[in-house]
Amino acid sequence: MLRFPKETCSDPVVCFLAKDFNLTFAIQHASIFPRKEGLMVLELSGTKSNFKKGVEFLKSRGVKVQNAAQEIIRIIENCTHCGACTAVCPTGALWIKRPEMSVEFEQEKCSACELCVLTCPTRAMKVNPKDENFF
Amino acid sequence: MAKFKVNKSYAQINEKIKKGQVVVVTAEEIIDIVRQEGPVEAARRVDVVTTGTFAPMCSSGVFFNIGQSRPLIRTTKTYFNNVEAYSGVAAIDCYLGATAVCEDDPLNKVYPGEFNYGGGHVIEDLVAGKSVHIAASSYGTDCYPNREIERDMTLKDIPTATLCNPRNAYQNYNAAINLSNKTVYTYMGTLKPQGGNINYCNAGELSPLLNDPYYKTIGIGTRIFIGGAKGYVVGHGTQHNPGNARTEKGIPVRPSGTLWTMGNLKEMNKDWLKGVSIRGYGCSLSLGIGIPIPILNEEIVQYTAISDSDIYTQVLDFGVNYPNGNFESLAQVSYAQLKSGSIRLNGEDIQTVPLSSMVKARQIADILKEWIRSGKFFLGEPQETLPV
Ligand code: SF4
Ligand code: SF4
Repeated sequence: MLRFPKETCSDPVVCFLAKDFNLTFAIQHASIFPRKEGLMVLELSGTKSNFKKGVEFLKSRGVKVQNAAQEIIRIIENCTHCGACTAVCPTGALWIKRPEMSVEFEQEKCSACELCVLTCPTRAMKVNPKDENFF
Repeated sequence: MAKFKVNKSYAQINEKIKKGQVVVVTAEEIIDIVRQEGPVEAARRVDVVTTGTFAPMCSSGVFFNIGQSRPLIRTTKTYFNNVEAYSGVAAIDCYLGATAVCEDDPLNKVYPGEFNYGGGHVIEDLVAGKSVHIAASSYGTDCYPNREIERDMTLKDIPTATLCNPRNAYQNYNAAINLSNKTVYTYMGTLKPQGGNINYCNAGELSPLLNDPYYKTIGIGTRIFIGGAKGYVVGHGTQHNPGNARTEKGIPVRPSGTLWTMGNLKEMNKDWLKGVSIRGYGCSLSLGIGIPIPILNEEIVQYTAISDSDIYTQVLDFGVNYPNGNFESLAQVSYAQLKSGSIRLNGEDIQTVPLSSMVKARQIADILKEWIRSGKFFLGEPQETLPV
């Protein structure tokens, strides 16, 4: 999972992974959020050393690289729809539906930053390990 | 009696409930009814308006009697799942407060603390039917020689468990912003630096005491919905302060009235009591309360017809001012603005964040409506209304 800061969001970055590092990638999800940070989830494959170099390159461009082997889920029975989590969610994955004032969770928008996990007073937001072999 | 065109008594409304003829609507539904039909017609037609709120209510707790042991014990320290309850009352009685934290919690030593388990969680576990480990000790007396007991008990095994909350259902509450340069973790939730968000915690037009701003129908003996069961208002709560400034419609613009409430924990339901962990602050209990407002006359129905745009509160800085006891208002805002999702303050749009669940508040008002309609719930006439 790649997180792009505001500044590099519009630069070409990912294409160099193929061009310079001989890595193939399949983009599974990409979006730019209201606060202009970008998020991209992709599956990367290639040789181990190229993979390492590719990740180094991304980091040098200010991109935050995260293992997407875990995801954030909401345990709906624990959610009281209080709204507290919407204060910290940077991507708008947690948002309030109006006029009902129910709290919605769109996992596709979630960057797995985990800020909601300890902010949610009833611990409805949980880190869920996915058993995919990623790195 | 000639003061009003419509005059109903508690007994008359209860009689209608008995006969299945009562007309009940929620505090949201009444708004349009009064708008369309006017207060006199609305008061004639509607008998009860139901309210609801669901939010952390820190001043909550349970009086327990844990039952005797052989030989007998007079407990001086009592723990429920390692959360201490106050035992300075009679033998085997104690009071477990919602904000008491589990003994080995690192608190804010690892800042901001997580506060994963406390009194509110014990209460939730008991209501959910879970077994709780109780450990109590004593210095031993001639009549109560036992010095230690340990046992696992469920709510069923515990002889008495009475939810008794000295301060619930605040009539209005401040909204919080943080103007300092670092994130602060408060009882009003996480507040981002430099005015990143405004948090607020009130159900607005559904909130019990905002629908009866001068407590004309609420007082000692008012029967209520509490934690999914029937309970009572037993008086005004701590910090009850009715003297604050009010709008033309009588709504206080700062935290004002409060309720002391009570109910039998054994009759409650886990959907309406939830232990909460407030990051960097502590543990608490989120609790659902609903109060029926009897429409005795057109004045009372007019009070219940207030909407979010009639209710105002103050925005306080929790970064620097509030911790230093400075309650200066940075802005007066309405609940309609707060619920819209953002407020423009000093030229900037600031995100607004609720802490009180409207979804649950609405469910409570609906359940109470259903209870009354189906003859399961009768109005309790207060022996005395709250001080104004
Ligand atoms: S982890 Fe939580 S706070 Fe972070 S983006 Fe996902 S939903 Fe939002
Ligand atoms: S903070 Fe937790 S309980 Fe509240 S709305 Fe968000 S997920 Fe639900």
